[in-house]
Amino acid sequence: MTSFIIKKGRVVDPLHERVFPADVLVVDGRIAAIGPGLAGQKDTTVINAEGCLVLPGLIDMHVHLREPGFEYKETIASGTRAALRGGFTAVCAMPNTRPVCDRAAVAGFVLDRARAAGNARVYPVGALSKGSEGKELAPFGEMRDAGVVAFSDDGRWLADAHLMRRAMEYAAMLDVPVISHCEDPALSAGGVMNEGFTATVLGLRGMPAAAEEVAVARDILLAELTGCHLHVAHVSTAGAVRLIREAKARGVRVTAEVTPHHFTLTEEAVRGYDTNAKVNPPLRTAVDVAALKEGLADGTIDVIATDHAPHSQEEKETEFDAAPFGMVGLETAVGLVFSELVSQGVLTLPQAVAKMTVNPAHILGLEAGVLAEGAVADITLVDPEREEVVEPGGFASQGKNTPFAGWRLKGTPVGVMVGGRWFEIRPFGKRLPTKKKK
Amino acid sequence: MLTQKDLLGLEELTADEIRMILDTAGAMREVMTREIKKVPTLRGRVVVNLFYEPSTRTRASFELAAKYLSADTVNISAGSSSVVKGEGLLDTARTVSALGADVVVLRHRAAGAAAFLSRYVQAAVINAGDGMHEHPTQALLDLYTIRDCKGKVQGLTVTFVGDILHSRVARSNIWGLSKLGAAVRVCGPATLLPPGLDKLGVQVFTSVDEAVAGADVIYVLRLQRERFVQGLLPGEEEYARLYGINEKRLARASDDAIVMHPGPLNRGVEIAAEVADGSRSLITEQVTNGVAVRMACLYLLARRETDDKFYH
Repeated sequence: MTSFIIKKGRVVDPLHERVFPADVLVVDGRIAAIGPGLAGQKDTTVINAEGCLVLPGLIDMHVHLREPGFEYKETIASGTRAALRGGFTAVCAMPNTRPVCDRAAVAGFVLDRARAAGNARVYPVGALSKGSEGKELAPFGEMRDAGVVAFSDDGRWLADAHLMRRAMEYAAMLDVPVISHCEDPALSAGGVMNEGFTATVLGLRGMPAAAEEVAVARDILLAELTGCHLHVAHVSTAGAVRLIREAKARGVRVTAEVTPHHFTLTEEAVRGYDTNAKVNPPLRTAVDVAALKEGLADGTIDVIATDHAPHSQEEKETEFDAAPFGMVGLETAVGLVFSELVSQGVLTLPQAVAKMTVNPAHILGLEAGVLAEGAVADITLVDPEREEVVEPGGFASQGKNTPFAGWRLKGTPVGVMVGGRWFEIRPFGKRLPTKKKK
Repeated sequence: MLTQKDLLGLEELTADEIRMILDTAGAMREVMTREIKKVPTLRGRVVVNLFYEPSTRTRASFELAAKYLSADTVNISAGSSSVVKGEGLLDTARTVSALGADVVVLRHRAAGAAAFLSRYVQAAVINAGDGMHEHPTQALLDLYTIRDCKGKVQGLTVTFVGDILHSRVARSNIWGLSKLGAAVRVCGPATLLPPGLDKLGVQVFTSVDEAVAGADVIYVLRLQRERFVQGLLPGEEEYARLYGINEKRLARASDDAIVMHPGPLNRGVEIAAEVADGSRSLITEQVTNGVAVRMACLYLLARRETDDKFYH
């Protein structure tokens, strides 16, 4: 019997929006007790969580692990190590690998590799269409049975409205959500950044906000038609937030996520042709950032997910037009959520935590995301006062492509527990002693 | 002296720096009138012309400018080098650097390519056009031509007509003209006007008659045929009807208005032959002045390097 006791931390309960001091006792991979002054057995490992927040294990429902096929960018082992280092106990693996995760065999491979790596949990997302080519439906049933938690052609929008309708009907029948990368490729074609003033000055081709909003609008209408649960990936525009808010008010089964980079940065980050700021959907304007924060605060946006997209240095060290879209996010997400949202008063601590725990768990139908007696011991410890400068060289991810290098972020994950396996991700013991009050 | 190592765009230059380049170009213009058009100023210096996009006039202009200054020149163009073998800009840059280039002149289809190159080479980089971003030596030669003809730039009204969206010439000119105190108007079909230009202090028109009215300079931009294929415009005839600059439209401009065009021309489309070849046209002067302006840029950037070496 292995047991841990996490002592003197402040437990965050996102479901009931509470933060309270308590110890957490973990026995054999499950939470045995939560309460004040708990004591373990003689052989119980004590984790001193003084000054730390004890959160349900964080879930990132939008990650590109790149394996199989693009192991030079990231592997399941390195990506899940990056997840742990970023405070995530579970990630969803997007299916745009080579081969595409469009059948049980590929999903099974991903799960096997994840198990062998023994880091964060991995929930595969299966493709909507075979090869994500937008022509024929992928076998949803066999993928669901293999452990796929959602369907998506992420990176591409299923432009054929008829096929999307059928995919949604089928997914609704299986009660699995459809995640849509909303971008009308006819409107965004050739674009490499947000269409607007900055693109005009830089001479770069723009992707208009309408490319996203047209797609969001269509998918909402199809969700309404089919009753399917639509989850809109990486919302980036004020108009998309408005469409989702209206749809929710009408009772459509729609949820949405935003990435830390979209609520933190604007298109201005592209100045200097920084290819690390080249991302799809593109970084938008200050007006959009404000709308995303409003959407987070009023619940229109349910989830914070990173869209972690590692690329090799060679791929990014090139002309802006030639560089691939995407940035890594797993190891900066917690710092950005704390620095940009919690510290700024955009979200309360439990609200922010909910968007990375219970909410994604609920959307994906996972029994996770809460700290409760009997629950699986997936736990994240965050030191809200600890500051860290982002140094890509120290990332566990193979991808170093971040525009946040050099940023000082306050709020740092220090340890994670996955099913009772403890990972100390920042040296606890070597922490500077806090000043003692006399 | 120029404060920066490179000439990437007019956005980065101050009004004083622009004026200094134009003044230097004036001295170079004098060299070009001599019987022997050659000075030893850049003897022993290496200028590499790296052209990833087809260009005849800009490349010839730079090559001639370097030769008048006695620099050694090498031309590398896509299609005749390892560029076609898939060698990236970064590798080519390192090769060019290793060859001992003092100045690299880069023409590339990607915006930001010159800025990218400048981070990896010690040589001074001159942007000879990067995608839709900037074409600073073109704008400098345009400024020179306007100043030479009008005696000043400040207070003039300059109207650009045509494909503003895809035009690096317009972007560089907007920066340069604004910094020297001219009022800039742009005019074109809505599909070829990029958003946000008003934030640069530019007046935006879709009616050519309004845009031309009272202007001192009518700058006609080249319209590329691929814009029709891309669905941005219905066709040549419609364009000529709505935006083509002819004598009748020109009559709305100020009495001593001049007409400019960066070339090559589509006569009968964006500009009527009678205007292109008429008395107000400065199109051939632009070409001649281009050599002088490029001599000035090469001189100022290559000399900067010399001076650094001297002092350190």
